[in-house]
Amino acid sequence: MTAPAVRLSGITKRFGPVVANDAVDLEIPAGTIHGIIGENGAGKSTLVSVLYGFHRADEGRIEIDGRPAEIRDSADAIALGIGMVHQHFMLVPNFTVLENVMLGAEGGWRLAGGARGARAALARLGAEHGLEIDPEAEVGGLAVGLQQRVEILKALFRGARILILDEPTGVLTPEETTRFFGLLATLKARGVTVLLITHKLGEVMAATDGVSVMRGGRMVAHRVTAETGPEELARLMMGRDIAAPARPAASAPGTAPALEARGLGWRDRRGVACLEAVDLALRPGEILGLAGVAGNGQSELLDLLAGLMPPQAGEIRIGARRITAADPADPAEMRRLGLAHVPEDRHRRGLVLAMEAAENAVLGYHHGPQAGPPGRLSPAAMRAHCARLMARHGVRPEAPSLRAAAFSGGNQQRLVMGREIEADPAVLLIGQPTRGVDIGGIAALHEQILGLRAKGCAILLVSVELDEILALSDRVAVMAAGRIVAEFPCAEATRERIGLAMAGIPETPGAAAAMAGPGAAGPAGGGGGGPGPADPRH
Amino acid sequence: MGWLDLLLTADSALRLATPLMLCAMAGMISERAGVIDIGLEGKMLAGAFTAAAAAALTGSAWAGLGAAMAVGAAMAALHGFACITHRGEQIISGVAINILASGLTVVVGIALFDQGGQSPPLGPEARFRPIVLPGVETLSGVPVLGPLWRELVSGHTLPTYLALAVVVGAWWMLGHTRFGLRLRAVGETPAAVDSAGLSVPGLRYRAVLIAGLLCGVAGAFLSTAHGAGFVREMSAGKGYIALAALVFGKWRPWPVLFACLLFGFLEAGAARLEGEVLPVIGRVPTQVILVLPYLATVLLLAGFFGRAVPPRALGTPYSKER
Repeated sequence: MTAPAVRLSGITKRFGPVVANDAVDLEIPAGTIHGIIGENGAGKSTLVSVLYGFHRADEGRIEIDGRPAEIRDSADAIALGIGMVHQHFMLVPNFTVLENVMLGAEGGWRLAGGARGARAALARLGAEHGLEIDPEAEVGGLAVGLQQRVEILKALFRGARILILDEPTGVLTPEETTRFFGLLATLKARGVTVLLITHKLGEVMAATDGVSVMRGGRMVAHRVTAETGPEELARLMMGRDIAAPARPAASAPGTAPALEARGLGWRDRRGVACLEAVDLALRPGEILGLAGVAGNGQSELLDLLAGLMPPQAGEIRIGARRITAADPADPAEMRRLGLAHVPEDRHRRGLVLAMEAAENAVLGYHHGPQAGPPGRLSPAAMRAHCARLMARHGVRPEAPSLRAAAFSGGNQQRLVMGREIEADPAVLLIGQPTRGVDIGGIAALHEQILGLRAKGCAILLVSVELDEILALSDRVAVMAAGRIVAEFPCAEATRERIGLAMAGIPETPGAAAAMAGPGAAGPAGGGGGGPGPADPRH
Repeated sequence: MGWLDLLLTADSALRLATPLMLCAMAGMISERAGVIDIGLEGKMLAGAFTAAAAAALTGSAWAGLGAAMAVGAAMAALHGFACITHRGEQIISGVAINILASGLTVVVGIALFDQGGQSPPLGPEARFRPIVLPGVETLSGVPVLGPLWRELVSGHTLPTYLALAVVVGAWWMLGHTRFGLRLRAVGETPAAVDSAGLSVPGLRYRAVLIAGLLCGVAGAFLSTAHGAGFVREMSAGKGYIALAALVFGKWRPWPVLFACLLFGFLEAGAARLEGEVLPVIGRVPTQVILVLPYLATVLLLAGFFGRAVPPRALGTPYSKER
């Protein structure tokens, strides 16, 4: 029996007081596809960073192909035949494909010499693995799927025999994802050992030979994929069966909507349609869950509804106010109309990290009584308000004068959530409430959301976490390519139906025109208005 | 202004552009690697003083040049230590370098020579002399080419020819060598460089040190080629003009060279205009003429030539923790 391609024993990595990896063991047989699965923050990325030399483990041993290895930096890892495709691509956007592939493996101090060989190698690798690409194309202008192809070629060009793929499908369209799994099979057939990091159960079941489950920095189980199932893996990942929180019935569907949008449309600067003819209605005491792959218009929709951008087409009704392109509203007005917003990116839009928690607790409401007497900011009043908020919403530590940056992700989010809830809104927009929040924190945030619903608030919940949508929503709407492509009442929303709608596949059985659906034609990963193609998930 | 006048103005423009070219190339190499270099001025000033002092003490212009380059590199290493090793604020570090140079040159100058911060005047052997290129005699009878060769191309000092060679070298290095590829990458996406198994600090240090060496040459030009000794604050803002040329030239070698020559030409032209009686305008006051190059700099930078896109990672210290 040949030695395993990778054997990790007792890997421990601490960042300050946080133990990201706690005595992790892992063994990957050569020539197999091995999945590492776990929730966000389970320590998967840290583990592979240690293997690729980005971080050095505090304790533990690494063996590659049966031989002990010391991996101090990425150069060591590359020399051992380890390649990595990062979740956020490590590409120089204004370089050509060829330059990106050559960087660090130029083959001589003059570029001209190495370039000829590299071009030939690219053509050969492209043909062998079905990874054809124009070596002179500028990488920044390539679609996300092609950029990923460049990353894989980079690793293969360096002779990688062990390929680490960190959340490879997060940014891909369904079509690209299908092609990607084909590529994994080709790589395996050519003897490459693949380490697939993901939090998607479906991918693990479909593509891997073996799977390891991580939770809270520990390795909790190893399984042969054929001998396990998604239910068992989910249980192992979560550490317990997730009981959906108890949920009283929604208010009568006949109630007049607190907020209604009709025919909303919005194009970005390049003219790409991010939103097209979006209709939705939020009713009091009801949670509408909006599911979809990141970058399909959810961010733009939130911005429009929150008054951060004026709609270019259609209208938003809130109370008696009609908001249109000709008569837009700013966020302050929306707030006066009873709308509160928990933004997707709490670091950039929800908090001023350098300011105290007490100051953050009145942001946007600084003209109100929370902040002190009219026309004045009173630090004492703000701290008192913040202390009340922290006690009521479980923000730890209960220290109003601590800078916002000093709180953990979950506590930051509870602070933002608490601030918006304390304003007693009629409508609450929530974007990715549990992104970067640990499992315990997620439960508390969900309680907060359900509590607000019980008080009769109309809630729009935008999340890429399907479980979250399913656990909380009264109705589920699915977005793909800037449109709402499906809507289900809670009882009829299943993973399969939502998944199909997200991929843009219509529900009629045997539909041959599946790929003509909006998902295939969608703007790939163009959401959020961020500079890069990758979704900034931190 | 006749043909010969124009030629003489161009000749003096080339001379005046020499420190600009050297500093702008220094800045380009540092900034393409992602490290802002606002300390060009200070490193050049320190280089000018060191070159004059070493030349005065040893009597050799070459010793002056070597010492100036060493001091430029030392100050660059300081800048690197602050903003690469310790991830300090690059602008602050650069300003500190400028203040340090401005003060130290005078203090050390007084201590060494006791002449109010100046160095003693340098004799011909302690300076770089104009180099007369071969062919001046042969071509002297040829119209156009003869005067062009004699007045414009020939008769410059070593640092001027060096500066031109540096521009060509920098262009070739950036576009055609492994080091250049890595340098450009580290200024755009340092994480990609790290992930390729290369050292981000190592590359940035090298870039910053090269910048220091080039600033040293620029300083040596000021005090031992263009001038004959050190005068306090003799860099007179040329480091900042070079920075302007760098932005104006969009961090690319040929446009930056063009910008430096343009600024040199404006300065030379201003000197020519001094005391001349122009048609319509009449006699232009000296002060107005002296302000022209700087005014032109401001106007040119105010966006006549489109938006300049700096290297993406410029000014951002690299850290692995994401």
